[in-house]
Amino acid sequence: MPTTVPAHGNDAAGRLKELADATASDSALRRFLHGLPGVDAVGLEARAASLGTRSIKTSAKAYAIDLAISMIDLTTLEGADTPGKVRALAAKAVNPDPTDRTTPRTAAVCVYPDMVATAKAVLAGTDVKVASVATAFPAGRAALPVKLADTRDAIEAGADEIDMVIDRGAFLAGRYMDVLEEIRAVKAECGDKARLKVIFETGELSTYDNIRRASWIGMLAGADFIKTSTGKVAVNATPANTLLMLEAVRDFRALTGVQVGVKPAGGIRTTKDAIKFLVLVNETVGEEWLDNTWFRFGASSLLNDLLMQRQKLSTGRYSGPDYVTVD
Amino acid sequence: MSERLTVFKTYKLFVGGKFPRSESGRVYEVTDSKGNWLANAPLSSRKDARDAVVAARKAVGGWSGATAYNRGQVLYRVAEMLEGRRDQFVAEVAEAEGLSKAKAAAQVDAAIDRWVWYAGWTDKISQITGATNPVAGPFFNVSSTEPTGVVAVLAPQESSFLGLVSVIAPAIATGNTVVVVASEKAPLPALSLGEVLATSDVPGGVVNVLSGRAAEIAPSLAAHQDVNAIDLAGADAELAKELEIAAADNLKRVLRPQPVDWAAQPGTDRMTAFLETRTVWHPTGSLGAGGSSY
Amino acid sequence: MAFEYAPAPESRAVVDIAPSYGLFIDGEFTEATGGKVFKTISPSTEEVLSEVAQGSAEDVDRAVKAARKAFEKWSALPGAERAKYLFRIARIIQERSRELAVLETLDNGKPIKETRDADLPLVAAHFFYYAGWADKLDHAGYGANPRPLGVAGQVIPWNFPLLMLAWKIAPALATGNTVVLKPAETTPLSALFFADICRQAGLPKGVVNIVTGDGTTGAALVAHEGVDKVAFTGSTAVGKAIARTVAGTDKKLTLELGGKGANIVFDDAPIDQAVEGIVQGIFFNQGQVCCAGSRLLVQESIHDELLDSLKRRLSTLRLGDPLDKNTDIGAINSAEQLARITELADSGEAEGAERWAPACELPENGFWFRPTLFTGVTQAHRIAREEIFGPVLSVLTFRTPGEAVAKANNSQYGLSAGIWTEKGSRMLAVAGKLRAGVIWANTFNKFDPTSPFGGFKESGFGREGGRHGLEAYLDV
Repeated sequence: MPTTVPAHGNDAAGRLKELADATASDSALRRFLHGLPGVDAVGLEARAASLGTRSIKTSAKAYAIDLAISMIDLTTLEGADTPGKVRALAAKAVNPDPTDRTTPRTAAVCVYPDMVATAKAVLAGTDVKVASVATAFPAGRAALPVKLADTRDAIEAGADEIDMVIDRGAFLAGRYMDVLEEIRAVKAECGDKARLKVIFETGELSTYDNIRRASWIGMLAGADFIKTSTGKVAVNATPANTLLMLEAVRDFRALTGVQVGVKPAGGIRTTKDAIKFLVLVNETVGEEWLDNTWFRFGASSLLNDLLMQRQKLSTGRYSGPDYVTVD
Repeated sequence: MSERLTVFKTYKLFVGGKFPRSESGRVYEVTDSKGNWLANAPLSSRKDARDAVVAARKAVGGWSGATAYNRGQVLYRVAEMLEGRRDQFVAEVAEAEGLSKAKAAAQVDAAIDRWVWYAGWTDKISQITGATNPVAGPFFNVSSTEPTGVVAVLAPQESSFLGLVSVIAPAIATGNTVVVVASEKAPLPALSLGEVLATSDVPGGVVNVLSGRAAEIAPSLAAHQDVNAIDLAGADAELAKELEIAAADNLKRVLRPQPVDWAAQPGTDRMTAFLETRTVWHPTGSLGAGGSSY
Repeated sequence: MAFEYAPAPESRAVVDIAPSYGLFIDGEFTEATGGKVFKTISPSTEEVLSEVAQGSAEDVDRAVKAARKAFEKWSALPGAERAKYLFRIARIIQERSRELAVLETLDNGKPIKETRDADLPLVAAHFFYYAGWADKLDHAGYGANPRPLGVAGQVIPWNFPLLMLAWKIAPALATGNTVVLKPAETTPLSALFFADICRQAGLPKGVVNIVTGDGTTGAALVAHEGVDKVAFTGSTAVGKAIARTVAGTDKKLTLELGGKGANIVFDDAPIDQAVEGIVQGIFFNQGQVCCAGSRLLVQESIHDELLDSLKRRLSTLRLGDPLDKNTDIGAINSAEQLARITELADSGEAEGAERWAPACELPENGFWFRPTLFTGVTQAHRIAREEIFGPVLSVLTFRTPGEAVAKANNSQYGLSAGIWTEKGSRMLAVAGKLRAGVIWANTFNKFDPTSPFGGFKESGFGREGGRHGLEAYLDV
């Protein structure tokens, strides 16, 4: 197995060149993607469900809650977002539980490009990153120059991470190379200034075979993270699609040595859910992915549930919504 | 003018589609019910039984792999051929069982009709014995029946032809191949049946007919590790017990002897006795991981 | 810091095991004639759980007579009434399922995850399924008004004690038979708790009788003249002995015996799910499963890749306290079984196969065996032919579908097989040629009360489950 390098490091590009054959042409890429092992949906879902029955108690639970908090991309992606809302959210990312300063910070806040500067101002001097969705999020229906300009705006405003959406229309029409090249172009725009998360909108790709293929397109194109969804469609992150993407980054690293992160987003609202995802990570790719460099939760309401559970563990009594902040 | 001297038939075994004599070179005298000589029948040895099993095993793949429709046509062809040789069998049965021409004819007619009945079953029995099973999960689950394989058959002792047909036809209708030990005292209709089968598109080895002493041949069939099942119809209680014990060595499917009115309309039990149920599971899943409602 | 799971033990307090149990005959617990007893232990700790009566031939006789006496009324009950008793039993099992799961885990050594999520739900489902048949037998395909056989003598194994009881008792009672059941010597407790469930359900006395004991008790039961039907699940050797015992009698016999299931993985398999299926196939219940996929037949072109994935996956299996909810691999059921597994695994090494097992600590007390796989196995090795009945996988290769089928069928057994391919026509072609009673395609070790289960060849005869399972208990 090749030695491991991070997808955002300088060595990754060289490793990807070794797979240049796979991306040499539209037909070569198609052959490569269609040559990936198929996914049996029932078996995949059964495995995810079975890992969901792990019982995480006491010290393990405390560890998992803090880990989960530290992995959150605390997100607001609303038309109604205002500077006030974003400032409050950023403040919460830095200090999630005012009553307990030992609470870890979240990994990042995630906002639209026009809110990046606002968030950055609050987060300056902390290790909490600013992530920005870009490329005509969430539908991605815009011309490439517009998407690149969107990305550039966000980076210039101080974004540390870019969450782009792939062109699902191109993917579903079988134009895999277009999808790959667009990701490459956005990656080039990110350069060494921002890590790139590539959102597949798994709910629109619909089948697990498609999700596996999209994962490989993203990784071949240089994604730092592969991410399930925008949170804007009916089906977002599920244990099964996240397990599948974890298998993809595992296999990709085994083949190339390049380590890519995974971000399930949307629909993860409870501590119980979050811990199930951490178990998936732990038992599929192991502890090398168990920190916020390699695994994130795209979530908003999840944080408060984690905080209430954390208070329960430290005080022994159940907490309530009045004891966590509403932002 | 002197009466014409008839040409006797040399009765031979029917094994692998051919008509060998017993490898032992032995024969025994077959008489009619009054003790008059009818013929010398081969007195099969254990080695003949072994050869018959080899032939039967060789035929399993092709016969069980044939379409059920094809097996039905072949079995129907047997009935057609029998109809053409009806008079011969009536005479043989009359002599063998000491019946009047009319009663023997009734036996033969019933036997021919029984072939037709089983010919029609070949492509229906698995619809009766199979099932799709509504398991509590996302799986397609279907049970279907397969022939057991090589079946050793001890043909009924008294009903030399109707009884014989009634035990052979159900076993082969479903795709098994058989080694049948004919009625000891009345083997001639069985040996003649071999001649019919040989001209009826029945592949060689599907039916193998041995004549001789059941007590001598059957134990080696019952103990044979490459025989999958045994029909003890023609065994008496003592022999049946001995054979059932021997059959346990490789857990043969055993159909015990029981009182049967061969003239009565049979059920499906002589077919189902030599069928194996195989159940296959396969995931079904959903249309899409996204919970698509299309 | 790694994500270590803290212990998550299921509470033992939900189950109250008495210090001793008698035989359940004619609705009452009675001592064994002669008063002999034996101890049942927890295989994960070797702690004594209880003392159980050693049923003698006289006790068997008492039980058969009680069952015979009960048969007249029970078989004459309207099917709808028998159904309601069985529905009651199903419901009580559901109510008491946590208690029974813990009990089963204690007595058998299997993980609570399995007793909780597999055994107990299937036990209740089996009673529920056959309950519904009791008043519909006219429609089962066995003619009008099919009659029961009489007294069923049933002998069950230790690998799924309560589930095997359900597979035996539910169809027997639904069809109007009465029952004398002998549970396995090492796992008698859940059957004795089932006796209490019969009491709670108000089942007429004598309809179900439980006689505990060793092999001699079972032998007395199957040989008893008053038994009309013998049903046995266990080893092929004992199955053959039973077949000889009942030879020449009118007793109807069904046998569920051993297996050496081939799990065939083609190069176009859904690999990640195949790996799960292989693990489920051979490590479920510590491999102590007659239908285990104990022979992995992998297409040679993907052998290395698949084995890498499999080894990685085995390294995540958690072995230890069966009561811990996160335990994947529990204890081997008995010292005797452990010795057999050890001996066969050692033969694999001695015959030249390559042994591999993940690093994992074994508890000090109890009976344990690491999940183990052997590569470089050929058809000639003992570990490719003999049933190990333990967590030991033999890996063989093949080149073509024809070779896969030939190797899979090259066995005295014919119980189960697995096929992994994304190509539907190949799956159907291979399934059609495998001489096995249960075939799992792109899945493994799935069970359902509606799905017939049973073997070809020396894996036994007769089917349990589904409409087919009724035949074993009807005079047809």
